[in-house]
Amino acid sequence: MRLLIKNGFVTDGIGIHTGIRDIYIEGGVIKQIGENLSYQADRVIDAEGLYVFPGFVDAHCHLRDPGYEYKEDIKSGTLSAAYGGFTSVACMPNTNPVADNKAVITYIIDKAKKEGVVHVYPIGAITKGQKGEVLADIGEMKEAGAVAISDDGVPVASASLMRKAIQYASAFGLTVISHCEDLSLKENGSMNEGYMSTVLGLPGIPHEAEEVMVAREILLSEGLGIPVHIAHVSTKTSVTLIRDAKKRGVRITCETCPHYFSLTDEAVRGYNTNAKVNPPLRTEEDRLAILEGLADDTIDIIATDHAPHHIDEKDVEFNLASNGISGFETAFGLCSEYLLKTGVLSLERFVSKIAVNPARLLRIPKGTLKEGSAADITVCDLKKETIVDVRKFRSKGKNSPFDGKRLQGAVIYTVVDGNVVVENRE
Amino acid sequence: MILKSKDLLGLKDITKEEIQGILDTAKTMKLIIQSGTKKTPHLQGKTVITLFYENSTRTRTSFELAAKYMSGNSVNISVSTSSVAKGETLIDTGRTLDVMGTDVIIIRHSMAGAPDLLAKHTNAAVINAGDGLNEHPTQALLDMFTVMEAKGDLNGLKVAIVGDILHSRVARSNIWGMTKMGAKVVVAGPPTLLPSHIKDLGVEAYTDIEKAVEDADVVMALRIQKERLEKGLFPSVSEYARFFGINENIVKKAKKDALIMHPGPVNRGVEITSALVDGDSSLIDTQVTNGVAIRMALLYLMTRKDG
Ligand SMILES: [Zn+2]
Ligand SMILES: [Zn+2]
Repeated sequence: MRLLIKNGFVTDGIGIHTGIRDIYIEGGVIKQIGENLSYQADRVIDAEGLYVFPGFVDAHCHLRDPGYEYKEDIKSGTLSAAYGGFTSVACMPNTNPVADNKAVITYIIDKAKKEGVVHVYPIGAITKGQKGEVLADIGEMKEAGAVAISDDGVPVASASLMRKAIQYASAFGLTVISHCEDLSLKENGSMNEGYMSTVLGLPGIPHEAEEVMVAREILLSEGLGIPVHIAHVSTKTSVTLIRDAKKRGVRITCETCPHYFSLTDEAVRGYNTNAKVNPPLRTEEDRLAILEGLADDTIDIIATDHAPHHIDEKDVEFNLASNGISGFETAFGLCSEYLLKTGVLSLERFVSKIAVNPARLLRIPKGTLKEGSAADITVCDLKKETIVDVRKFRSKGKNSPFDGKRLQGAVIYTVVDGNVVVENRE
Repeated sequence: MILKSKDLLGLKDITKEEIQGILDTAKTMKLIIQSGTKKTPHLQGKTVITLFYENSTRTRTSFELAAKYMSGNSVNISVSTSSVAKGETLIDTGRTLDVMGTDVIIIRHSMAGAPDLLAKHTNAAVINAGDGLNEHPTQALLDMFTVMEAKGDLNGLKVAIVGDILHSRVARSNIWGMTKMGAKVVVAGPPTLLPSHIKDLGVEAYTDIEKAVEDADVVMALRIQKERLEKGLFPSVSEYARFFGINENIVKKAKKDALIMHPGPVNRGVEITSALVDGDSSLIDTQVTNGVAIRMALLYLMTRKDG
């Protein structure tokens, strides 16, 4: 299969290619990028007026497979990812059984090879069963293909164990991704503590529940001189802590998710369980700080934290509802609407945060348009308006607080290894 | 039409006019209670179900009596909170009650928003009898009714609510309701028991209860729950009583004719002294009587064909 993508505005996120370029792909590999290429191809995509990016890389998602296939499985999850423009996704280990050993890691990789629409990179657990007691078989998981370790969903409460995990994993070139949440501060909270929790009478989660652990991870990373990655940053003070740490040379990196720069805890009004997520949606002040953190590169990565759930897990009392947002298919529209249209990020910096930096974190050869690399490419229209309709989601999870929202910016083509897996052009 | 919605989920989202309408109707209902017969046909042929996921003999009995005085059928369903997670879902329970032809469901639940969820999925009218930390609208309505009976009007009065504001749905409903009716509401308690951003609800907040009570027309003490002590929100019952309990000395700071109220049940000697509970200014028993009148008014308003 020979594919030629012509006349699109190419942005590779590293400043080598920015402008109208043609991309010629053969055998699943990018052969050449240049102006006015003339190749005989099996298929030519005219991308005039469209934007051509390296395929998006999601450093944080939940595919629910094995164990919770009623929420999502590798097939539905990767199809959903493809429709969101993601060509590689890293899935968190809170499956059943937990991905804390090479067997589960191997299962995910094998199943993804057979059924996956996009590349799947499993993240292994830090501790056995994500119980926070003893380290999982980190070396063996790395050997089996794990790209990072995380106990996402639950924090590693013991600072001592976290310190050992960071040290030990570094020997295998794996970065720890920390889900920061002090459970003693969270107590039974179910939304951000503030005006809205008082209005709704829901138990609140103070923002410090996130921040004390962000501070802890910064100190551990600093003390050890080993990189640590902070998952889903949601508060103003977390951004400040990370900004200051970076300034003094700490090798800390972090991500945020589209819902933290587009929504606030106002979205919970009416006990909207689709707006229940962990960490919780915060205040406008926090949202603005997240935008600032993205703009000044304190925040390195935009991840989805795609967390699909069955309707029965959301159609219940707010306190009983599961945390999470089905995020793949709204991610680009939200980035386009809240980051590109507003000028918070240039195209290039956007691409760095959604493709280049996540690939670097996971140390995978993705998020690039370099000649000779696998042809994972996402083509977007920044003008096209769509109205989010969860019934049309490819994901099994219809849990989105964005249902009905008008967004400008849509994924038009997703190309994985030279194959066009998504075509979304009228 | 006095009530705009089919349900009464809280006082947060209803208007001053709706509140006034309920209070006016309750006046008539109180006359019926005080009459010898205590019987009206307003609810004849109507079925009222109390669906309680938390125990409360008081509130439940008050609703039951209200239904009986108006010739309605009432059925009680108790569900233990522990079985909520594993048992039938709230939506399914609501649907079942609906197809059985229930006219009004009165729900008490430990989780905020449960009445909203039920109301969304049922045709029956839903009355919130207390949900989590959110609202207890019928209690606040009876409190307002009681104050108005004694003072004529809520407008311009200073109402001091003292105690565990954080965990009190009674406090929240009273804040929403009384501020709408023009009262100045002041809350007070230990800082660990004051909700975040409480002032943004249009009230003053103090940790010094003497200040809060100063020149108040109404002093309302809230029940302190022992489990808050276990959670480390205050050090001991005796320390609580000493610094945050309402006693005769504190009440001296209030207006001479200040009313003493409490939503009950009272921990005597903790949040309020026995002398005050039993004293001349205490309206605690009147509150209970008025509770039935308020609930009769609501059942009547919510089941009449013309709303
Ligand atoms: Zn997480
Ligand atoms: Zn996650």
